[in-house]
Parts: sequence; structure tokens; C-alpha cells
Amino acid sequence: MDESLALFIEIVPTLLAAVPVTLILTFLSAIIGNTLALPVAVGSLSPHFYLRYPSLFYIFVMRGTPLLAQTYLIYYGLGEFFPGTWVQKSFLWPYLRDGFWYAIFAFSLNTAGYTGEILRGAIMAVPKGEIEAARAFGFSSALIFWRVTLPRAIQICLPTMTGETILLLKATSLASLITVWEVMGTARQIQKVTFRVYEPLIAAGILYILMVFVLTRLMMIVERRINRHRLAPA
Amino acid sequence: MDQASLFSLLSFGPDGWGMRFVEGLVVTVEVSVAAYCISLVLGLIGAGAKLSNSKVARGVADLYTTLVRALPELLLLLLIYFSGADAIKFILSLISEDFDDFEINPFAAAVAALGFIGGAYMTEVMRGAILSIPNGQIEAAKACGMSRFLILRRVILPQMLRYALPGMGNLWLSATKDSSLISVLGNTQDLLFMGYRASAVTKHYGFFYSVAAILFLAITIISMIVIKMLEARVNRGYR
Amino acid sequence: MFKSIIKSAVVVASLALATSAIAKDKIRVGISPEAYPPFTSLNAKNQWEGFEIDLLAALCKQMDADCKIVSIAWDGLIPALNGKKIDMIFNSMSITDERKKVIDFSDKYYNSPAEIIGTKDAPNVTVVDNPDGKGGKIANPADLKGKTIGVQTATIHADYAAKYFKDATVKVYDTADNHNADLVAGRIDYALLDSVAADDFVKANAAKGIGAKLIVPADPIFGVGAGAGLRKNDTKLKDKINAAIKAVRASGEYDAIAKKYFTFNIYGD
Repeated sequence: MDESLALFIEIVPTLLAAVPVTLILTFLSAIIGNTLALPVAVGSLSPHFYLRYPSLFYIFVMRGTPLLAQTYLIYYGLGEFFPGTWVQKSFLWPYLRDGFWYAIFAFSLNTAGYTGEILRGAIMAVPKGEIEAARAFGFSSALIFWRVTLPRAIQICLPTMTGETILLLKATSLASLITVWEVMGTARQIQKVTFRVYEPLIAAGILYILMVFVLTRLMMIVERRINRHRLAPA
Repeated sequence: MDQASLFSLLSFGPDGWGMRFVEGLVVTVEVSVAAYCISLVLGLIGAGAKLSNSKVARGVADLYTTLVRALPELLLLLLIYFSGADAIKFILSLISEDFDDFEINPFAAAVAALGFIGGAYMTEVMRGAILSIPNGQIEAAKACGMSRFLILRRVILPQMLRYALPGMGNLWLSATKDSSLISVLGNTQDLLFMGYRASAVTKHYGFFYSVAAILFLAITIISMIVIKMLEARVNRGYR
Repeated sequence: MFKSIIKSAVVVASLALATSAIAKDKIRVGISPEAYPPFTSLNAKNQWEGFEIDLLAALCKQMDADCKIVSIAWDGLIPALNGKKIDMIFNSMSITDERKKVIDFSDKYYNSPAEIIGTKDAPNVTVVDNPDGKGGKIANPADLKGKTIGVQTATIHADYAAKYFKDATVKVYDTADNHNADLVAGRIDYALLDSVAADDFVKANAAKGIGAKLIVPADPIFGVGAGAGLRKNDTKLKDKINAAIKAVRASGEYDAIAKKYFTFNIYGD
């Protein structure tokens, strides 16, 4: 038992050092993915089939295949095409060498699919009366979308998005499989070096629980802020 | 390499990877089905515990769902995969010292881990479904003098299915995708692992990972059709 | 298929995961399925092949044992051995002091030097005196300054890179396969790995500009070679396997197998 405790104390700083990697992966992917979700959702509701079908197909593929398969496909699949091409000479290459950006890319595309579907449902759930009211005021279609439909849709799907963000935080653990050493990957590396199975995993688990707890709290604050007009005045 | 020779790598002949992918598909479906069955059992028990009057049962069930939902699936999988062996070894050592030598089937350990994870989400789905059954019906059944087991069997379970099915369908789709995580263990011949092996040997990463992804998509499509049919069936009395 | 579903569900549900393995001469041998040619790889026919597979077969025949290969990821091998999921590791595992803390080893059954390989644009690597002043030589860290070098996690090569290549970016990979893929993709400049595996890879990828850059001089970090990994208290199996290694070496069977794969003396001195 003492040995376990000593190992815990020894590995916690190493794991803590990986926490920023996990958090940056989560937040960058969330920002990019949720932004991309908007055109996906709008496209999937478009009256034009050439916008609607690709968007729906995109959502379907992202939700229908494992994230790990998508991640491998993007990292190794793209890696196959670069040798000897102009890409290796370009200013982007230092980034394209690094698994980190592939992880961001894969997680963002995946998030865009999942959030796109959620946003699609939320846009459809916006009460018709509100849109008609805006139209009666002479709002243009674009203005209705930006000032009425979208804010209301975001408000409707916010609780679901909180859940999705936590799922994304957990999903970043897959980045370790493409050489990005975030918390989970670091724990696995420690496992391999110390030949101890449990201590690294349990220590990493505690860190994930803490991160999920803080993230949940943060999202609650955001939710409260967005819904502040609905709260009774203090 | 041109397309024709790429596809010849996927042939069903002795040197092609076609048959391996079929086997991988079967393993993925097997693992998903077995894990899903375990999560159904755990979900029923968990929902029962969450709705019970016992503080201890509620506490344990809450801890279970909270932990599983906060921890990455990969971490839980590895933890349960490795600890499963040790935990059973410990239990057996309490019974007798004769069990020092034993073998754990890696397939079973992976299934147990995935089932344990799915069970937490299933608990929430089933809890919600049980709560959606109007209380008056249960009271009416009680008033008719039905036993608790009979109420469960004749009133709660049949109706619950209707409310739980959308959630259960989603969890089945998650189960098929989560099963791909076991490829990390390196000893399960599942679909993604075949993609990994085939691409590592042939160096055609993009092609073989695409093949794996397309087969996963096929599982999803077939599952969605079956779920739609099931939903229509359980809802047949309501339209 | 259904049978196995039901079987596994029942097995798990009843917690009756354990089946006792009392049969005497059954040895479960752990090998990772990550392709490591020409030592071990799993082909499209689902058959194991390679030098170690042939050697293992010879050793098992010698021991009159029924050997069964169990496929386990590289980093899971030692936990699996100590968790009694397998009885022996036969997977080019180098005998190192670090590993000896947790498992035991047979005598070595081959020893090959480490090698640095690199992309077309990466210059050759030279050798300098080891700064520790004990007279050894090391790969020149100055040549690797600012470069990216890939190694497989938890290997002697990872230890070597971590110790000597402080000015380089050492990128740690799950498997050698993966750093090889990234070398071809140009994501890393060099990789440090076993010379035999390196030669095989260089040969297959010469057209893509991959070339040998340096055979790394011997170093205490590299240990004495690869041995079969065994549980610490399993002296019975250790004695048997050591005797079998001696026997196949003496009978010439070892050399016959080695000739199929190598043009040089893979056993080492």
C-alpha cells in the first residue's frame, strides 16, 4: 500500500502536466466543431437538395462510425498522401507533422456532426409564433435567423450541449493513440514504464472526474447567463 | 497503387484481407451484442436501485452512474480489463488456494468492461422509462391485489419498453461504436483492429481504415432499420 | 456465433471467468499482434510467421510442450504475464535491469544492434565518445539537434533516446509500425529501432527515400539481447526453456532457422 501511495505522489505531477493538453484539445475542438455545426445544421434544413443531402449525409457518417476509426483514418490516411508533395514544403508542414492538429481536426469534424444534429432539432423546435411575430415586425429572413431562430435554438439545446462537451472531454483520451500525450496517454506511458497497472489509471481517473466536475459547473454558469432573462428578478 | 490492385488486397482469396474483415465484423457484432445484454441487466438493476427506498442502494447506483459518465471509456475499459482478472483472482483466493492457475478469456473481459460502461447509461434510460409510467396504473394494479413481481411483469415491463426504446436504440448504436475501443487491447480480432492490422502490413492506411469505417456504417444502417421496426411494433397499440 | 454470445454472457454474468489450466505441458506464449517483421507478424491468413515463430516452434518441440500463442498488445504483455494470462513472452523483448525488477528472463536467444534510419532529407548520423568517459561510443547527439526522432514506448530504444538525445524532439509511439508510418509520411526525421526490423523496413521503403543512417554502438542501456520473459517464481519453465535454447543451438537447428531470415549471425557473440 505504501508503495502505491509513493507511486501516486510520484506520478501526479507528470499527469497534471498533461492536463492542459487535454483541456486545449477539448476547448479548441469544441469551438471549431460547434462553429462548423452551424452550417451543417442550416444545410440539413435547407430547401435545396444539394445542400440538404450532403449535410444529412455528413451528420450520418460522423454519427455512424466510431470516433477512433475517424481519428485513425484522418491521421494515417492523410499521412499517406503527403510524402513528396508540395505540402511538405509549405508553411503548414510543421503543423501537419504534429498529431495534435490531426486530433483537433478529427474531434472538430466529429463534434460538428453530433452538434449539427442537435442544433438541427433545436432549430425545428423554435416556436413558429416567435418567427411569425418577427416577420410581422418586418424583419428580413436573415435577421430573423440571426436574432430569433438561432439564439432560441441555442437556448433550447444548451443542456444537451453540456452533455456533449463532457463527452468530448472524455473522447480526447483517444488522442493518445495518435501520439498526442494527454492525460490518458500519459497514464498509459507511466503504466508501461513502471509496469504498474492500477495507480496510473486511477490517478488519471481522479483528474478526469475533477475536470468533468469543473466543466459541468462552468456550463451551468453559461446556461444561467443565457437564461438570465427568464429568472425571477432578485 | 491503382484501384484494381487495392481491391485485390481486399479479396476473399488466401492472401486477401476480405475474409479477415468479415471475421472482424462478426467479432464486433458479437462483442456489441454480449456487452449490450450485460448492460440491459445492469441497467434494470441500476434503475431498480435508483428508484428503491433503500438509501444504500440509491447511493451505490448514483456512484456507479456518476463515475462511469465522468470517466473516459478507454480508461474504464483498461481498468476493468486489467482489474477483472485480479478481482476474480482475489475472490477465488478467498475460497481456495487451488485457483492459483487460471485463464481469463480476453473476449469475456472486454465484453464485461463494455457492458459495465453501457449499464450506467442504460440505468438512466430505464429509470426515465419507469418514471414515465403513470403512477395510477401501478396503484390500480396494487388495488387489484397483484403481487410486486406480477406488477413488474404485467404492468411495468411491457409499457416501459415503449418509453425506453428510443434511448435503448441509441445505446445500441453507441455499443457498436464503443466496441471499436477494444482494438486497443491488441488481442481482439474486431473490425477496427483488422483495419489496423491490414493497413500496418500493406501500408494502405487510408484504404483499409475506410473499409472498416464503411462496415461500421453498414452496422449502423441495419441497426437503424431494425430499431425503426421495433419502435413501430411496440407502439402499435397507440396509433 | 450465437453460441459464443450466449457463452460469454453466461460466463461473465456468473463470474465464472476462471477455468483452471492444470494440463501440464501447455505453455501460453504472449506475442503482440503488431507486425514486427521478420521476427513476428500475423498475416492475412491469420497465421503467425517470422523468425521468432519458427524458433518458438523448435523450442516447444524440444521441450515437448504444447505451445499456444496468445495475442496481446505490447504494453499489456508484462501485466498479462504477471496476471497469469500467459506463461511466457516471446516477442523480441530485450533483457533489461528495469524489466528484471518485475519479471524474469531466459538466456538470450538473439542479439542485434540498434539502428537509426531516416528520411531522404535527413543526413547520416555520426558517432562520438560517450561523455561519461568510460570509453564507449554513442550516436552523435549534435547530429540530431533540432530534429524529430521516433521511438517505440517502453523499449530500450526509447530509454536510449531519452538519455542521449536531449536536444532532439523525441516522439514516443505506441508501436514501431506507427513510427515507421510517420517516417514515410515525413512527420519525423529519424527513427531508432532494432537493426533487423530496420533493415526489413528500409528494404521495403527504399523507393520512398527511407535509408539507414547509423548502426548504433553497443551501450549498457541496450542490455544483452532478447530473451523469453517469464514469471519471477517460474524456475521450472526457465530451466526448461534455457535447456531447449542450448539444445537447438547445439543441434544446428537454430542456425537452420536463422538462415531463412538473416544473412548474418543473429545470435550475436
